[in-house]
Amino acid sequence: MEFAELSTAVTAVRAKKISAAELAQEYLARARERGAEIGAFISLNDKAVDKARQIDHLIAKGQDPGPLAGACLGIKDLLCTDGLRTTAGSRMLEKFVPPYSATVVARLESAGAVTIGKTNLDEFAMGSSNEQSAFGPCRNPWDSTRVAGGSSGGSAAAVAAELVMAAIGTDTGGSIRQPAAFCGVVGVKPTYGRVSRYGIIAFASSLDQAGPMTKSVRDSALLLEVICGQDALDTTSSAQNVPRFVQQLKPQTRGLKVGLLKEYLSGGVDAAITKALERATAELRSRGAEIVEVSVPLTAMAVPIYYLVATSEASSNLSRYDGVRYGSRADFAEKPPEDLAEFYSRSRGQGFGPEVKRRIMLGTYALSSGYYDAYFRKACQVRRLLHDQFVAAFQSCDVILGPVTPTTAFKIGANIKDPLQMYLSDIFTTATNLAGLPGMSVPAGFDDQGLPVGLQVMAGHFQEQTMLNVGAALEEIFGQSGSPGRG
Amino acid sequence: MANQNWEAVIGLEIHAQLETESKIFSPDSAHFGGGDNEHVHPISLGMPGTLPIPNARAIEIGVKIGVALGCEINRRSIFARKNYFYPDLAKGYQISQFDEPLCRNGELAFFVGEQLHRVKIVRAHLEEDAGKSTHLGDATLINYNRAGVPLLEIVSGPDMRSAAEAAEYARMMRRVLRYLGACDGNLEEGSMRCDCNVSVRPRGQKELGTKVELKNLNSFRFIEKAIEYEIQRQIDTIETGGTISQETRLYDSTKNRTISMRSKEEAHDYRYFPDPDLLPVEVSQQQVSRLAGELPELPFARQRRLTEEYGLPFIDAHNLTEEIELADFFEEVARQSNNPRSAASWIMVELIRELNDSKKSISASPVSARHLAELVRLIDEGSISGKMAKTVFQEMWSSGSAPREIVQRQGLVQLTDEGAIGAIVDKIIGENAGQVAEYQSGKEKVFGFFVGQIMKATKGQANPEIVNRLLRERLKK
Repeated sequence: MEFAELSTAVTAVRAKKISAAELAQEYLARARERGAEIGAFISLNDKAVDKARQIDHLIAKGQDPGPLAGACLGIKDLLCTDGLRTTAGSRMLEKFVPPYSATVVARLESAGAVTIGKTNLDEFAMGSSNEQSAFGPCRNPWDSTRVAGGSSGGSAAAVAAELVMAAIGTDTGGSIRQPAAFCGVVGVKPTYGRVSRYGIIAFASSLDQAGPMTKSVRDSALLLEVICGQDALDTTSSAQNVPRFVQQLKPQTRGLKVGLLKEYLSGGVDAAITKALERATAELRSRGAEIVEVSVPLTAMAVPIYYLVATSEASSNLSRYDGVRYGSRADFAEKPPEDLAEFYSRSRGQGFGPEVKRRIMLGTYALSSGYYDAYFRKACQVRRLLHDQFVAAFQSCDVILGPVTPTTAFKIGANIKDPLQMYLSDIFTTATNLAGLPGMSVPAGFDDQGLPVGLQVMAGHFQEQTMLNVGAALEEIFGQSGSPGRG
Repeated sequence: MANQNWEAVIGLEIHAQLETESKIFSPDSAHFGGGDNEHVHPISLGMPGTLPIPNARAIEIGVKIGVALGCEINRRSIFARKNYFYPDLAKGYQISQFDEPLCRNGELAFFVGEQLHRVKIVRAHLEEDAGKSTHLGDATLINYNRAGVPLLEIVSGPDMRSAAEAAEYARMMRRVLRYLGACDGNLEEGSMRCDCNVSVRPRGQKELGTKVELKNLNSFRFIEKAIEYEIQRQIDTIETGGTISQETRLYDSTKNRTISMRSKEEAHDYRYFPDPDLLPVEVSQQQVSRLAGELPELPFARQRRLTEEYGLPFIDAHNLTEEIELADFFEEVARQSNNPRSAASWIMVELIRELNDSKKSISASPVSARHLAELVRLIDEGSISGKMAKTVFQEMWSSGSAPREIVQRQGLVQLTDEGAIGAIVDKIIGENAGQVAEYQSGKEKVFGFFVGQIMKATKGQANPEIVNRLLRERLKK
């Protein structure tokens, strides 16, 4: 069965050329077998085929099954799914079954999409390699000794390995774009506020944003049309009008100003990535784009600001996991807690993994009285300035083109002992989250080891259409990366 | 109590539950009661991925209270997270307001005795209530119905100097909140809660002493008694060479004392920061003006007006302005009867006693303002005596009928015919020669005996003034 592209499959389902139920069965089987090998999923959806049958039923009755009819999707296990276990990759929520769905999930499902399974991730989305999942790492389908990236590693790997047609990830500091680059798929982080955060387990509320991870730019555009838009359940979601992304998608760059960020070109990047960037620049110029150099000096501070803001918010967001109302509670049968503090420390101590604990401690420290001004407040002030510098930079260009990551996918275990090195793999992605800008990762060929290379396109606030159009041009230049074993 | 050597300094933090249908950040019911854990939307329980949605009505009520207290209303205030762990705090943080509250710099005027006091309101900010923990031996039960109920925390300046003053401040705050329909002010059920900060200092000293926070004060009487106790405890402690430590103390009303609950060393670092899930609260000038225009006449102003306009004594005006509905009731009776003093007296003596006995509010009174005014008029017209009026009032209370109707039905018309009364007086005098002699020999007390006999003979319908006059005249002979 060859329905790798979501858009093609949906068209076929709507035209009754294939049934949604057959597709769901096929993808569920793939997810079950190959998915287990690479660790792409935490849970599979037993009700996927039933849901697909409902879609078929609607089509048979001549009703509109929605723009995503029969689309078989992977949903990052950070988005709540009504009646389907949602773990956030944590022991803490190992048995948590939400009684509600994230707005993103609800919108996808009412558009006819079928959730195949919940994809693996770093615990509470905290990590850049998917090695921090309490359910084991997700392996890179191009080389199973390497990481899929993180935190949306399961979503990226599942799409690359064609275990789903597309997936939803979340991006707090690069968690969609970095694994997309490592796995050779398209990954889009929309403008902050474009997509409702309701029902998405919070990591850092002012940075989190969900987005599509797909084989093609067109598929991302299609999913964005469904998931973007204001939601009464998230007051930080934006009232901005959502364009018809698919209709207006064209790989056109004539007359566009493509910015190259000076600060992102100063070396320390794999040769294959630099080469891809040079090729992209040359090709875009030859297609009529104007290449300009822009500067956002404070991007140099992005990683430290990010790790102050994100950990501070996380330390508060994760306070609710206390073993009182839901989630795991330490086993107190043998040795009851002496006091409330022990009740908390044992439940939280057992429920959270090491990276989550590290970030809770960092964030708690940054917010503490006596340190707040020096750390959290200062970080927020610099963040504001970084935002302003980006806004200024987008006065002189339409998009910014650059690397997603300094390297291609690294070996499992290579950075796990060195958190700082791990954090530096986010060096090109955190700035967009801090500034609230949209950014995407587009496949740009392979390095000499056969590992996917990705390039990043960033645009001004709510300028996803321009960004997607440049992404489509890059897709024409480099082609889709295909699937491992299929080429 | 403070004495000539020591001065007490008191400030109050009042938490008022705002009267909204739904909670401050979630759609479940904000009403008191309901079965345990029945009003628990996933947002109230802080379930993963849920987000707060601000209740516009709660913000509006907050602004209204701020305007009534003469506060500056911040055009843009910020919800912040107050982080601490406690099982009845579902998210591990309370959404509150910190350095940018909704209201600032107001004032509350009230009387202590007949003396006017003014206390500064430093700030008033919105926040969500926590759930309620019930400790049973080793177990703790938590009811989250209250979690997320909107609160306005109103913080006074350290302006008060006595327990009585603090209690009056709290009473007046309750009146204001109830006038606005903002909070039902029930201390017992906890819809209004007062935390009192108390310290003492040598008289004349400028610096404040170490303050102690008193909690668990669920009546105005307890507020007064707890502060009184605490002031004395602090003075005694210092005078016997001890020091006051900054702490929170609970009031034990059965033993009338305060007990240490938590010391400053155990105090939390709340790690306040702006809540990234919520946009700033924007309040427009138009909204403030509109709400200011909608304010009812507030209790303090109304009390003054009742004194001036109706010539009521201070205490009557004070009591009649307890509730907006009571004051309305009074003014209606006063206007319709044209006798404010009598109206006030009937309401405060008869009506309020009946209402209290049957635990009814003035709005549920079976005696309407129109009927009470009619009763006052019947007395003033001389149609019935004051004594008869009491009987009529009882009948009005139990049947809800109009007084004129009752008077007619029971034949309760007053006997004012001097000729008829005179005949009865003569008859009684004639039948009681012994008592007449006693009276004429100087035993004035016997006069009452004659009045009683005449009233008995007329079934109490004789006009007492006429009876008195005629009796006096004829006994002289």
